[in-house]
Amino acid sequence: MGSRGSHAARIPDGDSIRRETGFSQASLLRLYHRFRALDRNKKGYLSRMDLQQIGALAVNPLGERIIDSFFPDGNLRVDFPGFVRVLAHFRPVDDEDPGMRDPKEPEPLNSRMNKLRFAFQLYDLDRDGKISRHEMLQVLRLMVGVQVTEEQLESIADRTVQEADEDGDGAVSFLEFAKSLEKMDIEQKMSIRILK
Amino acid sequence: MSDISDWAIPVPLLFLLEFSPPKISSILLSNYVSPSNPPTTCSISTSHIKILPANRPAVASKPTCFHLYHRLPGLMPESCLLIIVGALVGAIIFGTDHKSPPVMDSSIYFLYLLPPIVLEGGYFMPTRPFFENIGSILWWAGLGALINAFGIGLSLYLICQIKAFGLSDVNLLQNLLFGSLISAVDPVAVLAVFEEAHVNEPLYMMIFGEALLNDGISVVLYNILIAFTKMHKFEDIEPVDILAGCARFIIVGVGGVFFGVIFGFISAFITRFTQNISAIEPLIVFMFSYLSYLAAETLYLSGILAITACAVTMKKYVEENVSQTSYTTIKYFMKMLSSVSETLIFIFMGVSTIGKNHEWNWAFICFTLVFCQIWRAISVFALFYVSNQFRTFPFSIKDQCIIFYSGVRGAGSFSLAFLLPLSLFPRKKMFVTATLVVIYFTVFIQGITIGPLVRYLDVKKTNKKESINEELHIRLMDHLKAGIEDVCGQWSHYQVRDKFKKFDHRYLRKILIRKNQPKSSIVSLYKKLEMKQAIEMVETGILSSTAFSVPQQAQRIHGTKRLSPEDVESMRDILTHNMYQVRQRTLSYNKYNLRPQTSEKQAKEILIRRQNTLRESMRKGHSLPWGKPAGTKNIRYLSFPYGHPQPARRDPRAADFTGNDSSDSELPSIMFKAHSRTGTLQERRLTHEIIPMKSLPSGGKPCHVRYPRNTSQEEHVGPGRREALRPKPLFHAVDEEFESGEESEEESSASGSRWSAEPRPSRQHHRSHSPLLQRK
Repeated sequence: MGSRGSHAARIPDGDSIRRETGFSQASLLRLYHRFRALDRNKKGYLSRMDLQQIGALAVNPLGERIIDSFFPDGNLRVDFPGFVRVLAHFRPVDDEDPGMRDPKEPEPLNSRMNKLRFAFQLYDLDRDGKISRHEMLQVLRLMVGVQVTEEQLESIADRTVQEADEDGDGAVSFLEFAKSLEKMDIEQKMSIRILK
Repeated sequence: MSDISDWAIPVPLLFLLEFSPPKISSILLSNYVSPSNPPTTCSISTSHIKILPANRPAVASKPTCFHLYHRLPGLMPESCLLIIVGALVGAIIFGTDHKSPPVMDSSIYFLYLLPPIVLEGGYFMPTRPFFENIGSILWWAGLGALINAFGIGLSLYLICQIKAFGLSDVNLLQNLLFGSLISAVDPVAVLAVFEEAHVNEPLYMMIFGEALLNDGISVVLYNILIAFTKMHKFEDIEPVDILAGCARFIIVGVGGVFFGVIFGFISAFITRFTQNISAIEPLIVFMFSYLSYLAAETLYLSGILAITACAVTMKKYVEENVSQTSYTTIKYFMKMLSSVSETLIFIFMGVSTIGKNHEWNWAFICFTLVFCQIWRAISVFALFYVSNQFRTFPFSIKDQCIIFYSGVRGAGSFSLAFLLPLSLFPRKKMFVTATLVVIYFTVFIQGITIGPLVRYLDVKKTNKKESINEELHIRLMDHLKAGIEDVCGQWSHYQVRDKFKKFDHRYLRKILIRKNQPKSSIVSLYKKLEMKQAIEMVETGILSSTAFSVPQQAQRIHGTKRLSPEDVESMRDILTHNMYQVRQRTLSYNKYNLRPQTSEKQAKEILIRRQNTLRESMRKGHSLPWGKPAGTKNIRYLSFPYGHPQPARRDPRAADFTGNDSSDSELPSIMFKAHSRTGTLQERRLTHEIIPMKSLPSGGKPCHVRYPRNTSQEEHVGPGRREALRPKPLFHAVDEEFESGEESEEESSASGSRWSAEPRPSRQHHRSHSPLLQRK
């Protein structure tokens, strides 16, 4: 893959990506190498197939959805900035004082809210901003073994929606979702150490 | 060599030991958990139950029996149990006043008992993390052993100088020797204990690597010091001798590794040609490993390091070359041999514990214990402090405490102590006693308490019950995180690894791997298992169509039902027990069990279900031309012009398949290609780069790259079918990370006419070889 000599220069738009996602130079370079490694035919972008070749994703119950999350809005291709943008959600949260951040700047991609939004979109396939009972059921079905009967799954799905639903519309909106997880340490759960 | 009659008692007891608790638990468990056991354990389990009733009171109530034993390996390291049983044997022998208990002498130990243990350690070592952390591992294992050995030796020497303890006849060399043998740790024993605490990978590798290299280093040091002692009898030791000793240390170590690597390559090369004599393959593997050991020993190099290096080198290529059954045989046989050796050593240890040949010296023993701990602590914290400066992910203090506490001694130290020549060591009995005390102490006390300690250090923040919502979401996030980690891949920090991989691909693999190897010896087993499982699943009605009919239901808004707490509890339980486990990135090592069965099953389930989902969705009508976003599922379907079900043609094939179990060859390829029709093929060709082909049957990926290869699988394919794609050569194009374990469509054939959804859902499925995930 060539020498590791010249770094940022070889990554197109390296600087702007870095600013947007907050990755360090070294991490960005590694991600670039990984992008290139995944891009088998050297097309310059990744297609679904490239991601599906990651063997371990095939046995991940959410594998397909994870892959889909790389292709927002029905695109067929994801280029390097898009790739990095998704992974930026999983960057460990910076320890800086939130008060120091310039409020006019958009929220960093790896903030708690954005992480939650990313997780939310795994549930909400039709992108209507709510997790319906049906969508919850589908997710449950993906994640649970075959021994659980359909009725049990349905009642679990019902219960899940019911627990989180506050305004009684039978679906979980993003805010309700965030609220139901307020006690959880999302920043730690959805951070990958090596992406620092 | 001792008389045959000497073995009259120990051998049957050996059989008892073989079926000692840890193995019973794993055997019973595996029997209960999954019916598809490798034959060896099955036969053992049936026979052992007859032997053991007297000893195992709970045999009658099996559920409690294995529930108890199931927890046992988590409570204490296996060596605890082995030692207890060994002591029992020793007590029996002593009690029956057997005239001459079996004696272990140097040749038996070094020639027969030690190599299998080391071979197993080397073979089952996970190579990637090992090489990623190799710098730290070498630094820690090598220097740690040296520091410990010399530290303990010197401190004990100082103690011996104190006249009051009556130890003044123990000179410096003897102390150093004792230090070197007592510093041989066997921390693998504790790995099983804190498996659940999700020890992170580098920490795991540290411990594993230490165990691996430690034996070798201790033995080398031991031999050097014994040579010095012999020399010392006749002449004084000069500084040049010490330098020579150091040089010898390095040469012995490096030379041993070198030898091992050479033998590893030789045996890998030979297995390239053993297609027609596959029954001998295991023999070749074992023979060459043992040969490397012997060759190195003959040249006064370190046999242990040689056999370790041989196993590590050999493994990768041999695994690909040998047939599936040989592969299984090798693994199980290796485990068996090492278990036997270890058990024998523990018997010897037990026998000598209960005996008359002890010399108890309070001072020596107590100080030994104390110094062992102190020096281990010193070496851990000092060495890791230094290596942390160079690591990207430094080890935390918590990790270091765990490493410190896992310094459990094992059979290695005992053997070395036992083999001290009496002529040079008039106080050998004291040494043996001290060694035994240290072993017992560390194994029992440290071994049993390390589990709770680790769990304590790993404190979970909330112990309270989480709501169902939280549980579900937590699990989802874990899966998500694991998935994204997989997307990120492994980041090695060294270009060396990349370079090695390239070199490996370009040269080594060409020489060492069989030609035309479809990588499918492993793949075809997977397929076979898939088929069997799929058939089972369908037969039990799990994948019945009702499972998929729900999407059609309109969304109902349920009135809020009052659910009693028990209902909620039971729901929570259902969720907890049935949700799929997150793929563990952290390694888990179980010495007596080869693969965790549950994750294999889970992976298979996931894959089968996904495939069925796809098939179902295909069936429902997909007419998405490329380029447009899909409806709810974002799935792209190939436009399938005719949507003809071809059920009829499927069935004869189904019959073919089930009957055709023996063929190792690409069942999967059958799959699909069979259905492909030229028309769609052409279409596909056009857009191949955008629409991935469903690779279910193995040909998938290749299929878009190269077009149908003709195959001998014509025979599987009905007349007039399209050619089957041969997966074989295409696999070479595949990166090692990806090995497509194809899924046989057999299962689909089993489900009969559901097949109409033809093969080409646009998605390409690369089945990762889930059983192979664990093989690494």
